[in-house]
Amino acid sequence: MRAAFEGSQAIARAVVRCRPQVVAAYPITPQTHIVEGIAKLVADGEADCEVVSVESEFAAASVVLGAAAAGSRAYTATASQGVLLMAEVLYNIAGMRVPLVLTCANRAVSAPINIWNDHQDAMAVRDAGWIQLFCTDNQDAIDTTIQAFRITQDTELPVMVCVDGFILTHLFEPVDLPSQEQIDMFLPPYRFSRTLDPRRPLTLGTLVGPEHYTEVRAQLHGDLEASITEILKADADWADLVGRRAGGLIKLDGPHRAKIGILTLGSVYGTLQEAARELLPGTPLRLMALRCFRPFPAEALRRAVEGLADLIVLERAIGPGAGGILATEVRAALAGLRDAPRVHGAVAGLGGRDIPLGILSRLLRLAEAAEPVRCTVIDLRSAPPARPGGAK
Amino acid sequence: MNEIALTSADRFDIRDWLRLEMFPHFLCPGCGHGLALRAFLWAVHELGIDRDALAVISGIGCAGRLSAYVDANTFHVTHGRPLAFATGLKLARPDLTVVVITGDGDGLAIGGNHLIHACRRNLDLTCLLLNNEVYGMTGGQVSPTTAAERYTTTTPAGNCEPGFDACKLAEGAGATFVGREATLQVPTLKNLIREAIAHKGFSFVEVISDCTEIFGRKNALGNSPEMVLRQKAGMRPDNWGNKVDRPFRPNPFPTGVFVRKTRPEYLELYEAMTAAARREERD
Ligand SMILES: Cc1ncc(C[n+]2csc(CCOP(=O)(O)OP(=O)(O)O)c2C)c(N)n1
Ligand code: SF4
Ligand SMILES: [Mg+2]
Repeated sequence: MRAAFEGSQAIARAVVRCRPQVVAAYPITPQTHIVEGIAKLVADGEADCEVVSVESEFAAASVVLGAAAAGSRAYTATASQGVLLMAEVLYNIAGMRVPLVLTCANRAVSAPINIWNDHQDAMAVRDAGWIQLFCTDNQDAIDTTIQAFRITQDTELPVMVCVDGFILTHLFEPVDLPSQEQIDMFLPPYRFSRTLDPRRPLTLGTLVGPEHYTEVRAQLHGDLEASITEILKADADWADLVGRRAGGLIKLDGPHRAKIGILTLGSVYGTLQEAARELLPGTPLRLMALRCFRPFPAEALRRAVEGLADLIVLERAIGPGAGGILATEVRAALAGLRDAPRVHGAVAGLGGRDIPLGILSRLLRLAEAAEPVRCTVIDLRSAPPARPGGAK
Repeated sequence: MNEIALTSADRFDIRDWLRLEMFPHFLCPGCGHGLALRAFLWAVHELGIDRDALAVISGIGCAGRLSAYVDANTFHVTHGRPLAFATGLKLARPDLTVVVITGDGDGLAIGGNHLIHACRRNLDLTCLLLNNEVYGMTGGQVSPTTAAERYTTTTPAGNCEPGFDACKLAEGAGATFVGREATLQVPTLKNLIREAIAHKGFSFVEVISDCTEIFGRKNALGNSPEMVLRQKAGMRPDNWGNKVDRPFRPNPFPTGVFVRKTRPEYLELYEAMTAAARREERD
């Protein structure tokens, strides 16, 4: 069914059609509309699940972990401070290998408090052991959410679907909402190989000493890397069913002969596409959106950048003291590659700062630098606020 | 003429205590939190507390936002943590009057854990919990104090969870001063806050406030004047001794001071203990 929905409502509808049995969340802007939407669908009798209004994100993550471990399909959503507060449980969920889907309505992190979009929240938990998929538009958010429920139970790895706060969650745009029948064909009923059941007692998350802990962690790493197969398969099966892919591992746009590429995460991909089309129609550019950030698809990335002389990485997060987080990972993935492009790191759009179409020309200037640019913050205002304690 | 310090004899003008450069403030017209802020600043004024000796700490929420408007030492910390932050601050600067302004979400949901331990520890802090039965700032979701059957954005069919009584919680956890008052009676609220701040040890005041714009609208409770007046129907002041006729909230709440007792204050205990330990070392 094609109709215009607010991004959050579209996600809420996609979630309930995946038939979760337990949803637990704590409100936080800009995620709240999603859970409010689910609560309304349940109240209207359009969905049959338990929505628990818990007392914090810490509780939300714990409730869905318990529900999923006991054999229910479970879902939660959060953002920003909520992701950080969940962090301890997020590690637990991945370590216990329990299937869960979480929507992260990406938002900046305090202090200073800021409710607008960037990717610092998801980046802060990138090593928690979750699959992290970034959406470029609301169709993508719907399709990826549905795929996430399948990926999580096929891999027994939790999946975080990252959706740009406000830019996507609060945007009204026409989307195709897959029917219940389509989703039922795609998504088998929930199953979990180690469901807690008194008839077959077992323990999840028990103490593991030095003699086994390394193996458990190495296995998580290996399984996360191997999950690329299921991520690709889910997207391919989805395309067979609805005639539309959600982007595999990396979305690509632009001619093969391009010498300059720009890689980014999330909705700014659309901005770059429009800028390239409107402002620089004759310039060959390869635009890329990394859909799958965890596992990091190094092989796919190496293929995607073939032939490029310069690769500009544009990201909405920063690792203070290290530079761009995505850029750093891209450099690591391309290290040792013959004819690898020069990688330039650019940070923009923090805390909701608009990324205008005009950014494209400023990004392209990086490719003219004599040496690769390690990390530059684009469109920085000339006078940053005074440092606390008096600037030294 | 020499400038003289403001004392309780001076007329209270709230503008003396506000950061007017922050205005217009962001509260909705008629929000009960404005009345609570007024009562608090009035109490501070009457106690003759110097603004430099006052620290106001709040977490996140519409209630939490209030500290930003107070012309004193103010801290806006993460959601739910103002009491923990205040504990550190008071231990480092016992000379300051430390007041926490929190909400039912900030102080009873995400930060509920800190409240029970603050009550237990009995450090000389004052906690004003502005209870409007809802998470106002995030757009009106159910909170731990939402009355049964009320509509919120996360309970579109009505709330089915029981709410809880914050004052009983504080009392049970060991707070040495516990009271409740509604924004309907600002002078009485001011007196209660005044006594709470003057009290030595942990003092807890629940302020019955109103989220007019979101909770009030969603539950068809009228505008601010109607909501404030309806508080009366849910109140049972001790000295009235009368029965609630048509409760504003399905669970009517008593007001007044419920606990007023002395118990060794945490810092005093701590200092006595360290002094004793030092003496033992010397001997
Ligand atoms: C860790 C975290 N989770 C969620 C939020 C979003 N949030 C901000 S204020 C608030 C609720 C505030 O409710 P309350 O304390 O009752 O204050 P009110 O706005 O009603 O005065 C929430 C959930 C946040 N800032 N941080
Ligand atoms: S949303 Fe509610 S609590 Fe917040 S300022 Fe408006 S009326 Fe007050
Ligand atoms: Mg509240």
